[in-house]
Amino acid sequence: MSETLPADGLLGWSWLLIALPLAGAAVLLLGGRRTDRWGHLLGTATVGAAFLLALLCTVQLAGQDGTPADVELFTFIATGELDVTAGLLFDPLSAVFVLLITGVGSLIHVYSIGYMAHDPGRRRFFAYLNLFVAAMLLLVLGNSFVALYVGWEGVGLASYLLIAFWYTRPGAATAAKKAFIMNRVGDVGLALAIFIMFAQLGTTSYAGVFGSVGTLAGGTITAIGLLLLLGACGKSGQFPLQAWLPDAMEGPTPVSALIHAATMVTAGVYLIARSAPIYDLTPTARAVVLAVGALTLLIGAIAGCAYDDIKKVLAYSTVSQIGYMFLAVGLGPAGYVAGLAHLLTHGFFKAGLFLGAGSVMHAMDDQVDMRRFGGLWNKLPVTFATFGLGYLALIGFPFLSGYYTKDAIIEAAFDRADVWGWLLGGVAILGAGLTAFYMTRLMLMTFFGRRRWTEGQHPHEAPAVMTVPMILLALGSIGAGFVLVVATPLADWLEPVFGPPEEAAHAIPPVVVAAIVTGVAAIGVLAAWLFVGRREVPVTAPVRVSPVTRAARHALYADAVNESLFMRPGQWLTRALVWVDNRGVDGAVNGLAAGLGGSSSRLGRAQTGFVRTYALGMLGGAVVVAGALLAVTAG
Amino acid sequence: MTPDAAVVIGTGEAVVFWILGPLALAGALGMVLSRNAVHSALWLVLTMLSLGVFYVVQSAPFLGAVQIIVYTGAIMILFLFVLMLVGRDSSDSVVETLRGQRVAATLLGIGFAALVGAGIARATQDLPVVGLEGVQAGPGGPAAGNVEAIAALLYTRYLLAFEVTGALLIVAAVGALVFTQAERAPGSRKGQKELSRARFLTDRPQTLPGPGVYARATSVAAPGMLPDGSIAQDSTATGIEPQRVDQAPRGTGRHQLGSPDAALGSLDPTLSDTPGGRAGEEHR
Amino acid sequence: MSLSHYLVLAAILFTIGAVGVLVRRNAIVVFMCVELMLNAVNLTLITFARSTGTVDGQIIALFVMVVAAAEVVVGLAIIMSIYRTRRSASIDDANLLKY
Repeated sequence: MSETLPADGLLGWSWLLIALPLAGAAVLLLGGRRTDRWGHLLGTATVGAAFLLALLCTVQLAGQDGTPADVELFTFIATGELDVTAGLLFDPLSAVFVLLITGVGSLIHVYSIGYMAHDPGRRRFFAYLNLFVAAMLLLVLGNSFVALYVGWEGVGLASYLLIAFWYTRPGAATAAKKAFIMNRVGDVGLALAIFIMFAQLGTTSYAGVFGSVGTLAGGTITAIGLLLLLGACGKSGQFPLQAWLPDAMEGPTPVSALIHAATMVTAGVYLIARSAPIYDLTPTARAVVLAVGALTLLIGAIAGCAYDDIKKVLAYSTVSQIGYMFLAVGLGPAGYVAGLAHLLTHGFFKAGLFLGAGSVMHAMDDQVDMRRFGGLWNKLPVTFATFGLGYLALIGFPFLSGYYTKDAIIEAAFDRADVWGWLLGGVAILGAGLTAFYMTRLMLMTFFGRRRWTEGQHPHEAPAVMTVPMILLALGSIGAGFVLVVATPLADWLEPVFGPPEEAAHAIPPVVVAAIVTGVAAIGVLAAWLFVGRREVPVTAPVRVSPVTRAARHALYADAVNESLFMRPGQWLTRALVWVDNRGVDGAVNGLAAGLGGSSSRLGRAQTGFVRTYALGMLGGAVVVAGALLAVTAG
Repeated sequence: MTPDAAVVIGTGEAVVFWILGPLALAGALGMVLSRNAVHSALWLVLTMLSLGVFYVVQSAPFLGAVQIIVYTGAIMILFLFVLMLVGRDSSDSVVETLRGQRVAATLLGIGFAALVGAGIARATQDLPVVGLEGVQAGPGGPAAGNVEAIAALLYTRYLLAFEVTGALLIVAAVGALVFTQAERAPGSRKGQKELSRARFLTDRPQTLPGPGVYARATSVAAPGMLPDGSIAQDSTATGIEPQRVDQAPRGTGRHQLGSPDAALGSLDPTLSDTPGGRAGEEHR
Repeated sequence: MSLSHYLVLAAILFTIGAVGVLVRRNAIVVFMCVELMLNAVNLTLITFARSTGTVDGQIIALFVMVVAAAEVVVGLAIIMSIYRTRRSASIDDANLLKY
């Protein structure tokens, strides 16, 4: 971050990355029904073009040794001391995200062509998707926290619109509102952090903030760090704001894949990684990040074990995996690269898993209950293969994507070489075992066992327009980890951002860690087979279950906690405020008015109508004036 | 009385002041205290005349004349006119209706007079008297007097105010006309045709008896007698209650032709045959 | 004997007029009291004119007289108008403008 080059060549055109999807969204939204026939193609084309441009930009960036390129666009806000210049920063970190967003985004756009083929709102869907891609690119490309915030709110809006895409379903509308409101809670934190930067540093650009953040008091830096973390938690579905993410699965499956698995929910990780210079100065906030990550990791994994809705299981898996990423970036310099690598590989295999789930739902007439699946492996061979590869990558099967990146995180946790390191590493390993359990359970219930389909279902493989993206993402699931960690290490690529990768002094040899993780995952798989695969899966969920299962089914009562801690007190507060408003404020105002009215009607009695009374008053006044004059002159 | 005053107030003026000053005060007090409004007006005339003399004494002979002619002459006469119109016996009752008004007014008045009087006396005890002889004497000697001095200023420096005052007077005259004009809705005034038609619709198309047609007395309050001897209600003016007044003696012979009543009486063919005569006899 | 004698006399006359306004109920007498107050003011004006040696005070007094005349004309017309409708010249009877 120390030096930037003025953007020239293709990098000068990097604003097109945002402009292309934005233009696509504008054309589709303003064009109306005229664009119905080719709208989805335009939407896909803009994102595809953005991907190509991003590739070229990245190549140029690599050519200049990853020196960040700063693109000045225009003066956004200029009032008094407040001077916000809208600009883009294309550096290795942005480049990684841009490639992920446009790459996975392109694939999911292509997939959506098939998935939404029969939906009357397909044009609207692609418009929102394009809007999302534009906002997400602004989020990662902006060169200041304000630009990031604009993108942040933009993706929040797109997320809301897409969750509520089938807005006639009450569930979708409610889920969208829930997501929006819980995101607002986080956004308040982000906004407050930016306000503090304004007030204390007078700037919000990354360069300005990171250059002078060291001059602030420790408490202020911690406050900024914690507020940024609150924003990140809201956007990434981390504890305590994790409850919205599973509900967000009410949206179309490509949305779940793109926004609520691969890209938007990882914005929190991006924010913390981007703000690394701030977190480097505040161990307190960093410790909180660690705690949040570890806690969320477990919550997501436990809840994922109990749900029967295939998308919700994947959603809790996402929550859990982002917990891993938070854990990684909370570890400090040692973990940034590991967290981002896991973010990228997770983007591939989780998107692939969601697309696979979408394919299954497509085949099963939008059925999401896994208890109604079973034995699908030979009906949906491509889906089974790609889904299975994503599954193996997620549970950390050796030499697939997750193996490299998740193990790196666990290693980094152990590398702290203190009690916390052991604790965090233990949690991460436990999470890996749980992940293996719930994903195996999902696989067994969906693709194996007896066919528990409802009457009249004839599963069929999805068309090529859907399977090809799945295959490509499956290839990513296989190779991304190897490519990012071994072949072209991400650490080297991100060196301009995070500094040179330090040679960690491993407390436990990586091989041992890998063996332990793999062993625990194997135990999880075995447990899943013992509990699910070996036995008949009941079509309806058993009611008499252990308290642990019941708690997991309720996502560890996150919603109940939210309701009892925030919603009901909020309602009470609102009622109390209404009461205060009615009785207190209105009472005061009405009382004042009544008092004025009463006193004026009493004072009005002084208006007797007798001229002589008034004249008496005048004479009295004259006496007072004369006396005052005399007193003044004589005194 | 400062030693360097240009004009020394002479003994004669002091004598005038000490005679007329108490008179003016007496007039003012009498105006306020007398219950009869006409008496109040007359007391006020006394005060105003005294003030007029003061004006003359204080080198303002023109204003003194105006005071006497306009104020005591014209305005006070106007007051008296209105008093007569309103009714001179509409004197105030002794009872004060507003509680505490009199006491408060008296106390405030004494306080005000004490404060202002003391303040003026204190502030003006060394007031120099430049006198108006220098201004009013003029180049031609005392001949260029008070009126010329006033006129010279009035038609130069105060010309605008003078004109405006003229306008004010016109407005006041028009205003007085408007106020005293009896309100009548437009078109409600009946013409001769309507009045005549209305009269013929009543029981009495003929004219009312003129006052004194059957009169036997000099007062307008004495009603005329109808031929049957009853009182003719129509013969007295509206607003006057018919009163029983002493009837003049009816003439009984040619020797009484000297008086109009006698002439009336003489026109009667026979005294005893006229019902009015009998009525007169009974009345008496 | 000095000019302040005139001024004090004028002050007393003014006060008597003011008290008269307060205690009398006959509108015409009230008007007379107002005239008395105006006359008292005129006396001070003329006295000060003499004191300063300029005629301006006398001219102001003349204007006061003119305005007083106009006021009397309009005021008496109002009294007549009120009397015609209410058969009363008492200012206490004209007390409709109240609460």
